Parts: sequence; structure tokens; C-alpha cells
Amino acid sequence: MADQHRQAAVVEFDHVTKRYDAPTGRDKGKPTPGAVNDLSMKVPAGKICILVGPSGCGKTTTMKMINRIIEPTSGTIRLQGEDVTGSPPDELRRRIGYVIQQVGLFPHLTIADNVATVPRLLRWDGSRTRARVDEMLDLVGMDPSIYRGRYPKELSGGQRQRVGVARALAADPPVMLMDEPFGAVDPIAREKLQNEFLRLQEDIGKTIVFVTHDIDEAIKMGDRIAVLRTGGKLAQYASPAELLMYPADEFVEDFVGADRALKRLALQRVRDIDLWTAATVRSGEPVAEARRKIAEADIDIPLVVDDHGRPQGWLSERGLAGERVRPELRSRAEPLVELDDVLRDALADLIESEVHYSPVVDPDGCLAGVLSLEVISQSLHVPPERARTSTELVEPAGDDAVSAEIEPA
Amino acid sequence: MSAALLPLVQLDIRSRRGGTCESEDGFCPDWIVDNLDRYVSPLLEHVVLTMVSVGIGFAIAFAVALLAHRREWVSAPVGALTSVLFTIPSVAAFLLLVPLTGLGPLTAIVALVGYTQVFLFRNMVNGLSNVGEETKDAARGMGLTERQLLWRVELPLAVPEILAGLRIATVTTVNLATLAFFAGAGGLGAQIYTDITFRSNVVVAGGLAILLAALFDLLILGGQRLATPWRRAAAA
Repeated sequence: MADQHRQAAVVEFDHVTKRYDAPTGRDKGKPTPGAVNDLSMKVPAGKICILVGPSGCGKTTTMKMINRIIEPTSGTIRLQGEDVTGSPPDELRRRIGYVIQQVGLFPHLTIADNVATVPRLLRWDGSRTRARVDEMLDLVGMDPSIYRGRYPKELSGGQRQRVGVARALAADPPVMLMDEPFGAVDPIAREKLQNEFLRLQEDIGKTIVFVTHDIDEAIKMGDRIAVLRTGGKLAQYASPAELLMYPADEFVEDFVGADRALKRLALQRVRDIDLWTAATVRSGEPVAEARRKIAEADIDIPLVVDDHGRPQGWLSERGLAGERVRPELRSRAEPLVELDDVLRDALADLIESEVHYSPVVDPDGCLAGVLSLEVISQSLHVPPERARTSTELVEPAGDDAVSAEIEPA
Repeated sequence: MSAALLPLVQLDIRSRRGGTCESEDGFCPDWIVDNLDRYVSPLLEHVVLTMVSVGIGFAIAFAVALLAHRREWVSAPVGALTSVLFTIPSVAAFLLLVPLTGLGPLTAIVALVGYTQVFLFRNMVNGLSNVGEETKDAARGMGLTERQLLWRVELPLAVPEILAGLRIATVTTVNLATLAFFAGAGGLGAQIYTDITFRSNVVVAGGLAILLAALFDLLILGGQRLATPWRRAAAA
């Protein structure tokens, strides 16, 4: 990945409308599925923008207008400032990665040949293409020496999806379109692919337009979320946290779900919030010293830690009875929450262990603080409500007009 | 069918002296070994008739199938026409064409080409239309032109069905070509008819036709296996 460029482009929708023939007969008067109505929004370079909404809301149409698989009825779509209709569709598409739910690997080509599709269309020379194929397979965690020569049907669903991502990235496009890319795999594999993809995106920093009908996936994957309502109208375009805290209207509120406060737990990590402090004591240290530390801490039960600062358990009152601390535990230090856990998982741990608080450790296993139900509930506190118009449309021209970052890593 | 209409007369290809295997119309290995050379040129005629007919038939079916692939409405009427062609009794077809194209290989080839269409055209159209929508969607999304999509994706994926059609068409043509002598085109059928009561002759000429069909079939099958390694890959 040494020569991985971080190349990304701004995608802009400017009053884009797609009309289909109006339904007739019984459905007359209903909105046409897939239509898009006067959509204006801007996807910043290097960010994941999720298009989400009920079926027929036009989210897939919106995505497919970017690479001109569907042509808009009116309006303009710009890629890094350039109107997409300015170049022939085939050439445009070679600059845009494309990943679909059913993957669509070519069954008659090996994995290497599949990944080499766009480089070959662009007439890269053979050795550059081969090197790129191996690099891409490595990038998605598939050993090239094992998988290069295999055929798609020899792979599991999750592996095929990885190859699909590698194929889409092969020519290093500044923009990737992903249409429910993890929709066809089982929930466990999906979770894994999502996490892998988020890690991958940290490296590659592409502009990604991602379609899903699953609001939980949208919240997990998105930097920005565009909620579309039936009829192809943009209901809200905001960050996941904003969407959950300040839904623009009842439709968005319904769509994100009644448990939107709980969903926000999935957005924050333990390291993002103010933890309680606890007194840490070691076996054999003077009790007077321990009592002084306990007085300063947020919680009046001290934690026994080992020489490396790793929590062992909560000290019982009897441990403080003598001159020196004796390692008498009232309970073990369980569950152990990690700084990188999302609050939702940490809360689940607390509930499952039937405790109100638990120690938090850093990646080395050392104590970093104490997480309690109260700390979590404070973190969910919504600042005074703002106006319900947080939908951001195209910002005035001029700001970050040049946001492609092309820098050798 | 009166014998007078037939293009060939019965020939003596054996001694009729009494008491021998030959005069008894029997199966005579000695006679077969001595007379094998009689079958070389009918066999070659048969091979040429088959290959030329199937070759031309393939080219026509391919062109029309590509048209039907682009213009959906072409497919149904052409498909129906190929079926109608196939229902014409072959002997009748050969004889009916004689006034138009005269006696000889041309007449036979015209009729044989007609009979290949039902297998070739239908399998080509089916093969092309069976390519998954998701595969085509991905191909277009990556920037393949319609032409590249056809030659790099759709046709390679249709190869198994196209070659399956070619196998049936070829075997059927070897079989139907045994009647091509009605059109004066020779072949193994003509050889059978020269002495239709002599078992040795019928067995050798008929046997060669069967072997020829089997050989063509195996060749195409082998070609298909070489051309489609991806079909043999084991599923995960």
C-alpha cells in the first residue's frame, strides 16, 4: 500500500430531477418508484455518503445517475466540478468504482482477471496490471498466491464481495458507488465486511456514495446520510449524530426509529466520553495513602491493580482494615470495557453482567477510567433543541472548490 | 417413391457367385477388409457436406442471433421459422430443392443448413439471454462498451450453450446427410444405397456415419472443455 494515492473527488447534485412516466390505472396519482425530485446536495471529497430511504424513494436512481447508467431528466451532476455528461459514459465509468449487491463478478474469468478489468480497459501494461491486482487482493485481505487463479464460484459470498471491492478499486477511482454492497451476505459476514471496509476507507479515503435501506448500516457506515422520502425528495442530509439528535421532520424521525436515542450509543466510543476516575491501589501499600486516593476519586470503591496497572478487582472494606492494603476483593474486575468499544456494546456488557459500573482499559490493558450507567446516560443528553432545518443543501460556491487531495503517502 | 426418381442406380459391388458369404448378403469381414477403399471418398464427401453445412449454418445463426440479441422482437418469429424448417421431411426437402438448385451438393447443403438453424439459433439466443443481469450491470458500471460487453462477457458466458447447440446440430447433420444422395450429393448414404441388401455394405457405411457423428461430438465436447475451464471449477 506504499504507493496508495489518496485521491478523492467532490460529487455535487445540482437540482437533479428524474421523472418516469406517471403510474396509470389503479396506481394513478401515486409517486412513481425511483423518481428523483429536484435533488441538490454535495458529497465532500473522501467521505462516505449514505443514500437511505424506503423502497422506491429513488436512492438507487440517484446513485446510478452519477455514472450515467440512468440519465437525469434535468439538472446537473458534477464530479470534482466537471459535469458528468462532459465525457462518454464508458470513459466516465472507468473513473468511478462500482460495487453492487450481487457483486456481478464475471464467472468465466479468474479472480485476477476480474480485478484487472478496468486496468485492461484503460490499456495498462501487463506487469503494472499484475502488480496492481496483487496489491488490491492484499488490500482486501485475500492472499493473491491462493486466490489469483481461482474462479468466482470457488469463493464464499463474503470473499466474492471482497473481490468486488478490489475490482472496483483497481484503477484507483476517486469515487466509488456501492449499491447495498453487503446486503446479500449473512449478518455475521456483513458485520465483518462493514468493519473491514471502514478500516480500508481509512487508508484509501475515497468519496463513496453508498445505497442502503438499512438505517443501522447507514448510521454505522456514513460520514453523511441523505434520507430520501418516497417521491425522490431529500428529507434530510446530515451527519449520523445530527440525524439522530435533530431529525428534520416526522418522516425522518419515523425512519430512524423510535429507538434513535439508543442508536446514538452506536456512534460514540468509550474514549469519546468523560469517564469516572477510580482510586487504584496495590497490594501492600499503606492504607492511609489508599484512603487519600479514594477521597479524590469519583467512586468510593478502590480498584486493585497489578504492577502494570491492569485492574484485578474491586477491593473489599476488609482489605483496608490493617496498616497495609490486603488484596481482599469484593468482586473481580468484570466486565472489562475497552476504550475503543462503542457505547452500545459497553452498555450491553454492563447490563449483561448486572453491574452499574465497570473498569475501562486501554489497548495495553491498563486502567483508563470507569464507565457507569450514569456516564452513559449523560453522554446521551441532547443539547437544547435547534431549529428543525438542519438539512444542508449545496453550499455557496467558492468554498473548498479544490478538495481533491492527491498526495503520495 | 419410385426408384426411377432416384439419382443413383444400384451397382454391383460384389461377386454374385453362389454359396459365398457375399452372395448370401451376409456380414463378410474378408470382403470388408478387401473393399475398405470403396468407402473413403463417400466418407470424405460426408465430412465435407457436414462441415460446410454446419459452418454456413453457424455463421447465419450467429448473425441472426446477434441481431435478435439487440432487437428483442426478432427472436420469436425467427425462432418459430427455424422450428417450421425443421418439420419439413428431409427427403421432401432434398427433392423439392432439386428444381431450384439442381442436383448436387449445393441442394444438399441448402437443406442441411436449414435444419441446423433450430439448434444453433435457439441455443445462441438462450445462451446470450441467460447471462445474469448483475453481471451485465457490473460490466457496464465498470465502463465496458456494449461491444466489449458482447465479446468479452456475454459471448464467452454463452459458449457452453452455443457449443451444446453445435453438437446437436452437427450430429443431426451427419445423420440427415445420409439422405443427401436424394439431392445427388453423394456421401455415405449414396454408398449404402448402392447395395442396400448387402449387410456388409450397410454395416460399414452406416457404421462410418455413426463413428463420424461420435467423432464430431467428441471433438466439440473437447473444445468446449478447453474453452470453458471456469465451468469445471468446484463450487465453494
